Amino acid sequence: MALTTDPLDPLPAAADLPQGRSLWADARRRFFRNRAATVSLVVLGLIAIFAFGGELVAQYERDTIDFTLIGINATKGVPSFATGHYFGTDQEGRDLFARTVQGTRLSLLIGIVGSLVAVVVGTLYGAIAGYVGGRVDSIMMRIVDILLSIPFMFVLILLLVMFGRSLLMLFIGIGLVSWLSMARIARGQTLSIKNKEFVEAAIATGVRPLTIILRHIVPNLAGVVVVYATLLIPEMIIYESFISFLGLGVQEPNTSLGSLISRGAAQIGNGVPWQLGFPLFFFVAMLFAFYFVGDGLRDALDPKDR
Amino acid sequence: MLSFILRRLLVAIPTILILIVISFVLMFAAPGGPFNSERPLPPAVMANIEARYGLDQPYVVQMFNYVKNIVLHFDFGPSFRLRDYTVSDLIAQGFPVTLTYGFWAFVVAVTFGVALGVVAAIRHNTWLDYLATGSAIGASVLPNFVLAPILVIVFTLWLGWLPGGGWRGGQWQYVVLPVVALSTSYLAAIARIMRSSMLEVLNSGFIRTARAKGLPMRRIVWKHALKPALLPVLSYLGPAFVAMITGSVVIDVYFSTGGIGQYFVNSALNRDYSVIMGVTILVGALTILFNLVVDILYAWIDPKIRL
Amino acid sequence: MAALLEIEDLHVTFATGDGTVNAVNGVSFALEEGETLAIVGESGSGKSQTAYAAMGLLAANGRARGRVRYGGRDLLGLPQRELNRIRAKEIAMIFQDPMTSLNPYMRVSEQMAEVLTLHKGMSRREAVAESVRMLDLVRIPDAKARVHDYPHQFSGGMRQRIMIAMALLCRPKLLIADEPTTALDVTVQAQIMKLLGDIRAELGTAVILITHDLGVVAGFCDRTLVMYGGQIMEEGPTTLLFERPTHPYTLGLLSAVPRIDREDEMLLTIAGDPPDMSRLPPGCPFFPRCAYAVPGNETRRPPLVTLPDGRRRACNLSVEEILARREAMP
Repeated sequence: MALTTDPLDPLPAAADLPQGRSLWADARRRFFRNRAATVSLVVLGLIAIFAFGGELVAQYERDTIDFTLIGINATKGVPSFATGHYFGTDQEGRDLFARTVQGTRLSLLIGIVGSLVAVVVGTLYGAIAGYVGGRVDSIMMRIVDILLSIPFMFVLILLLVMFGRSLLMLFIGIGLVSWLSMARIARGQTLSIKNKEFVEAAIATGVRPLTIILRHIVPNLAGVVVVYATLLIPEMIIYESFISFLGLGVQEPNTSLGSLISRGAAQIGNGVPWQLGFPLFFFVAMLFAFYFVGDGLRDALDPKDR
Repeated sequence: MLSFILRRLLVAIPTILILIVISFVLMFAAPGGPFNSERPLPPAVMANIEARYGLDQPYVVQMFNYVKNIVLHFDFGPSFRLRDYTVSDLIAQGFPVTLTYGFWAFVVAVTFGVALGVVAAIRHNTWLDYLATGSAIGASVLPNFVLAPILVIVFTLWLGWLPGGGWRGGQWQYVVLPVVALSTSYLAAIARIMRSSMLEVLNSGFIRTARAKGLPMRRIVWKHALKPALLPVLSYLGPAFVAMITGSVVIDVYFSTGGIGQYFVNSALNRDYSVIMGVTILVGALTILFNLVVDILYAWIDPKIRL
Repeated sequence: MAALLEIEDLHVTFATGDGTVNAVNGVSFALEEGETLAIVGESGSGKSQTAYAAMGLLAANGRARGRVRYGGRDLLGLPQRELNRIRAKEIAMIFQDPMTSLNPYMRVSEQMAEVLTLHKGMSRREAVAESVRMLDLVRIPDAKARVHDYPHQFSGGMRQRIMIAMALLCRPKLLIADEPTTALDVTVQAQIMKLLGDIRAELGTAVILITHDLGVVAGFCDRTLVMYGGQIMEEGPTTLLFERPTHPYTLGLLSAVPRIDREDEMLLTIAGDPPDMSRLPPGCPFFPRCAYAVPGNETRRPPLVTLPDGRRRACNLSVEEILARREAMP
């Protein structure tokens, strides 16, 4: 085989290599060169400040009902600095600003928690399946395939109906399914990592399989996992909003962007466009921002994908 | 080919059975489950259920009966809340509606998505590509429950072109908005997948060979590139089908089209377990069958699978 | 007699996110009918891009300047339609990796027949029959039955034979072979080279063989052209170049070829990396790696000079200087 290797392609001499930049520094440089991603990161920061600090600015509690406004919302509940209802009021005369703050916070939390569950469970599951391989792998992945082929939104609603509609149940339900596609991605990546020299070296020196997975495989999955976790957040937010839109999600006085949008959408004929407009704006801005950040991360961390 | 289909069926059927068992177990595991609910069932319904399942029988026998009735008679049992209705009656009412606009939404999403993706790929880095990619990104962050109200604002309230809800036996005016609301984000997703896979295929070695053979661009795209570029789209169709069926729930609720989604949500709010289970199982079975079709299409396109 | 193909001052550039890559920088050469020319160089020397530019096969971000004369026309300025009438019909090309250069989703018969139905106006039936004849010629066993198989049902060597058969369907005047044996096993490499030799003898096709493997060149090509950094370093009759190399880069290449007759010697490599094509040195591109480099010559770009013995050579040092210093080296 000697002839098939390229005799004209000598190994680069170590001294000639460009000055070492760490992979992550390199990725950071690539990320910030992407303008859409950088702007989106700032937008996300602002939304987070809004969601977690907005209550300090709000003039009303989110569940204080102003009975004098009910029925004449279209004229008296308009967004205004004078009344302190920055985003106007909703159908029950509650302050929409405070409610949007709380809804955004809930949506963000759902997205992040769902994504975290996916990262922990999915990465471990996928890494184990990919690393062990063989029969175990095919059974584990077959289970994922089967679960993925079930329309989970229906099962989630079934769960919510049967075990009661609570925030906890919602978190559990979303966490239950969010890890599936992550497991697939992690497995695929593990398959390509597991034959690398450093893993073989670890095996040869007798490191235990679980240690190899945790110490050698999982850290090398980080790039891909971070990218897909970021892209998973908006997906989780959409799921939750979907359920809330149907009125099956969080219950009053709590709210989420999905139920605010749903209630606003129901009022669109009644001259109160702010009831749809503000929640919708935060929802779309958040999704866009996560989308572009995820995309930027993918370009930065996973260059082969381009 | 036949043995391939049979093998896939061998996986599909147990999957459906597992789905049935899971929902059945869930129903009985639920605190305040259907039969000892804090809100007792109307006596007439209770009698129906008694007669159907024999509640004195062990769970396993009940489940066996449940499955047997579905498989043999397409009978999901009586509704727990609506007297005089069986789950199958409700499905028979709602399903044709869902199927009608669901079918059109699927066709629109696939044909326009693929076409848009191909055009964007061929005109890579031109304004057409940017326009297509840009609107695809925009559409993919507008889920149907956001898009539906926007469509109603524009086309019903402002322009007054189309009705904002209802079905009227599926007259076309009533079908348009549901189809657009349901298909847009999947159209966008398909366009994005198609674009990137087409770009990848167009950069591959065998396309270079085809160009070196002097083939005109049109033939290269249609004859050489389309099939392989469709494979990723094809594997997305399974998830897209699930998502669209799920999305039909929003459509039914928002546009009052009267599809199974509406029954599903109403039953969920009323804790009408038998309807929820029936719809979940039906939708699951449809999904699994659809995935089977996708697998077969996949094998048809990719010659390596046939062996 | 006018040359079959004449390339004049060809430049190829690629616009990338990190700036402009200058892949080919002013390459000129001519090829007579029936002649075989080897273009040799490391990966990234611009040898393949020269051929792609001539065929109009550059990647979307690539641009070619200069002239590629064929049959009295400049191929670079031709509209796509005109170019398509020359591709495969007059100038055919085969590629490095037979695994990826055949369409895995189409039967071999379809892929071959479309060339003939397109260029020769044959019916599908005739085209398949002709394809089978051509597969017989490249010694595919049982071609008549196997023509309807898919590419993945053939081995790598067989696939390259199919590529060759497909390229020869229209009896082109010129065959450009881009690293045709690189992806193959050694024994198969020899078979493919023998096949190419036989076919050239039988059909009289001119061949441009692009390779980094000097072992392949020796027995096959009339002339050899050595490229580095997108420029011609040395060019001349193959025997002359191999027996009396005078360019430091050619010398380096030849000493890097493993030779069975000198078992005791270490296999030499050329120190250093191939140049960064977006930041080429101002002078001779080989200067940073040249064992004969003379300080002070960094920015002097050597012209391509024709020597009395018929070779062309671009070096800041004369032949005598090189040979003298070579004697002095250990």
